[in-house]
Amino acid sequence: MRDSLIYLLVFALGIVLALVGWVPELFLPDDMAKGILYLLLFFVGIQIGSSKHLFSVVKSLGFKIVLVPAATTIGTFAAVISVSYLLPHRSLTDCLCVGSGFAYYSLSSILISEYRGAELGTVALLANIIREFFVLVFAPWMVKYFGKLAPICAGGATTMDTTLPIITKYSGTDYVVVALFHGMIIDFSVPLWVSFFLSL
Amino acid sequence: MLPIILAIVSGIAIGYLVRNVPAIRYTGKIIGILIALLLFSLGLSVGTNEQVITNFRFIGLDAFMIATASTLGSVLCAAWVYRKFFRKK
Repeated sequence: MRDSLIYLLVFALGIVLALVGWVPELFLPDDMAKGILYLLLFFVGIQIGSSKHLFSVVKSLGFKIVLVPAATTIGTFAAVISVSYLLPHRSLTDCLCVGSGFAYYSLSSILISEYRGAELGTVALLANIIREFFVLVFAPWMVKYFGKLAPICAGGATTMDTTLPIITKYSGTDYVVVALFHGMIIDFSVPLWVSFFLSL
Repeated sequence: MLPIILAIVSGIAIGYLVRNVPAIRYTGKIIGILIALLLFSLGLSVGTNEQVITNFRFIGLDAFMIATASTLGSVLCAAWVYRKFFRKK
């Protein structure tokens, strides 16, 4: 939660500085943002490659654990395709780009704004922050009516860090491993799905 | 798309090779700093983009609708998988 707050503040600070006309020249070249973006993706890769639990987690639960990230992905895409009919001013692929952020708002919004502009990037930032917020607020209600996997699938890529405590509390410690595995898989899939939909 | 995948895949390969190097625990910190830097620059481009500033309310509404839909969709799928495969009988 603290990280989310810092990111939001930094983003807001950027907006305010630009509005008052004080834009540091250092941040203007487009190439530099792209360079930092690739560096970021490289470090995200390092984090995935160096994580030690992934394989032991899969072994302990068996094959059915794979169904959880699959449910997240299929449910999200099906719902985003439906809602895109209510948003005629946005193309289906743009909506899917935003949806495939899976609450990983920082990475998805950065990628999208780099390739589709700041407007869609801002939609992605807000939509994916709201998704994380929904889990933090509605997790007990989700468990009550939709079962213990519901806050995990809703939490998308955040279930290995920011939403893990709340999931542990309401789904129970039995589901910590599921949440960790799910978070890692979705985390990894975000840049792949986003760049796939960007390329369509 | 290719440079994005190359950046991640090379990171995974190198991350796996250096997984026992102690300095690896700073990865999360580095990622946090890079994200903050890029979000700051996204803020700057939002602030200088007239289209975004004047349409901010509509952007917020679109974001809210996509967020609500994707949360609901995944919750429904989760309920089905839970009932079918996870719930103890």
